Amino acid sequence: MAHSSQPSSFRNPVIRWIDRRLPLFTMMNKEYGEFPTPRNFNYLWSFGGIAMLMLVLMILTGVFLAMNYTAHTEHAFSSVERIMRDVNGGWLLRYLHMNGASFFFIAVYIHMFRGLYYGSYKAPRELLWQLGVMIFLLMMATAFMGYVLPWGQMSYWAAQVITGLFSAIPWIGDSIQTWLLGGPTVDNPTLNRFYALHFLLPFVIFGVVILHVAALHVTGSNNPTGIEPKGPEDTVPFHPYYTTKDFFAVVVFMLFFAMFVFFAPNFMGHPDNYIPANPLQTPAHIVPEWYFLPFYAILRAIDFDILFITAKFGGFIAMFASIILLFFLPWLDTSKVRSTRYRPIYRWFFLLLLADVIVLGYMGSQPAEGINVLIAQLATAYYFFHFLILLPILGKFERPLPLPRSIAESVLSKHGGGRAPSAEAAASPESKA
Amino acid sequence: MRRLKTSLLAAALVAGLAGGARAAEEAPAPPAQDWQFSGMFGTYDRESAQRGLQVYREVCAACHALQYVAFRNLTELGFGEAEVEQIASEYQVETINRDTGETEMRAGIPADHFPAPFANEAAARAANNNAYPPDLSLIVEARGGGADYLHAFLLGYEPPPEDIEMMPGLNYNRYFPGHQVAMPDMLSGAQLQYAHEVEATPAQMAWDVTNFLAWASEPNMEARKQTGWAVVLFLVVFAGIMYASKRKIWADKH
Repeated sequence: MAHSSQPSSFRNPVIRWIDRRLPLFTMMNKEYGEFPTPRNFNYLWSFGGIAMLMLVLMILTGVFLAMNYTAHTEHAFSSVERIMRDVNGGWLLRYLHMNGASFFFIAVYIHMFRGLYYGSYKAPRELLWQLGVMIFLLMMATAFMGYVLPWGQMSYWAAQVITGLFSAIPWIGDSIQTWLLGGPTVDNPTLNRFYALHFLLPFVIFGVVILHVAALHVTGSNNPTGIEPKGPEDTVPFHPYYTTKDFFAVVVFMLFFAMFVFFAPNFMGHPDNYIPANPLQTPAHIVPEWYFLPFYAILRAIDFDILFITAKFGGFIAMFASIILLFFLPWLDTSKVRSTRYRPIYRWFFLLLLADVIVLGYMGSQPAEGINVLIAQLATAYYFFHFLILLPILGKFERPLPLPRSIAESVLSKHGGGRAPSAEAAASPESKA
Repeated sequence: MRRLKTSLLAAALVAGLAGGARAAEEAPAPPAQDWQFSGMFGTYDRESAQRGLQVYREVCAACHALQYVAFRNLTELGFGEAEVEQIASEYQVETINRDTGETEMRAGIPADHFPAPFANEAAARAANNNAYPPDLSLIVEARGGGADYLHAFLLGYEPPPEDIEMMPGLNYNRYFPGHQVAMPDMLSGAQLQYAHEVEATPAQMAWDVTNFLAWASEPNMEARKQTGWAVVLFLVVFAGIMYASKRKIWADKH
């Protein structure tokens, strides 16, 4: 958001020459160099950059895997085994890609819950949030189709179950399923189109990420206090302050990632996917990858018909609604205060939502029988209650804690003052040392 | 959803009957073994895996293929080039005569993969009471419990409890999901002579063949763990440097 327009502050003559004709370097310097960024980020703010890095890693490893993969039902499984055994470094590419999907989702889930906790979706960042939800949806589609490509048992049956959901749509459902599959059942045409889309969608995601970042650079970042920077004392230039901080966070994240890639590469996978797809033999439990489990639990929770809506279609609607409602979050939350730090009641409900999503995830991994069904139904009910009823009402009744006057004040009271900021201190800055 | 689940369950039951009863998963957890390949420093026990190759060739290979393993891979288990050529040449591999176009057999070479015992799935089922012996090249990765399960399974045959009605042609195994499995106890009666002092007891054979098949499932495991240590050490040092840089740069902002 810097408005400096000295056209060529660069000394290097080549860079000057390019920059006068296409101001790429000026733009980079403005958006990633001097970009004024709130000085009080905690490490949760590093996960956007980490997610971006994971996307790049997925595209790079994916392109090299694609050079060695064969999208045909007869050869897909063995081409993956060829990558694992005979392609130089193939095992590393595949394990990076396989675990990279999980760690991409880990980064994005932390990024989303950070946005939820600090109210990063509120005005003027509604569109920024919505672009993020769109990225999330695209990621889910990409991950699902990528999971089908190795053509193992779980690949095949996941494709069967997920495309089967569309057949629940009244009247046109069966036609839609046939259209998605490219035939009456999951077969070679399905594998081919999933491969084409799995290659395409990451670049679409990349495009939306560019919009997401562009929108971020219009509004500027939110921060842990949720109040806007009021002057230069509230911000620091992005470089070198956040380049170094984010880089440190990236390296630590990579350390966790490396522990899985090199020492437990199949921990998050399912053994059945090392069995070639067999349309005649259904696995005992069909389970999606862990990052889909909460939504899978919501899907299965609706096991009853509602009027003319069948249970299957009801589950389909509930699952998609649970994500679509995030698009409306900026208007569902009526509280004027962004950061949950200053919302004493909502703070507890936020923790409850977090626990609720974890319970849903666990239920998604368990067979839907006995008490599990009821727990999943209650957890699903709370999920929708939280967003559709609690958030609109709570904002009207909750009395927020007093906000600090500025970001600088909240930072200095913590570090300069040598003691934790109390609500009183924040409310009366003149009493501080 | 319920209808979908019912149909999937029905499919599972049908498939279970055809494939050797694996409809229910009620088997006890296999006891954990102390494998040399487990852990962050694990390496394959080559002597045991070499004996395991012998068990595979003389016992398992009668029914089970090992399609993703090539003879040349055996050098990784410590066999010399000449030994690998010798092992390969003991197999007959299908080829096409370039002059006549007829299918014929020739002796194997190191580049060949282990030939399958049956021409196709139908032939395998016809010879095995309609059960299909799975390919073993990924068997350790493809089973929950991995090597522990395979080891427990191989030694898990026992007389069926009295309250269980066995289906014809199936055998009772303590660790198999559903307990009724088409494969009989192959190790108890196996007449096998190891080249060295080790005695080929069923427990020893199960241990050895599991070591061999663990290697067959993931031949690059050792390279993976070694690379992992280099990567982790690099990242730890790098993280330290980045943390120091961050502290220095932020020093005036706290």
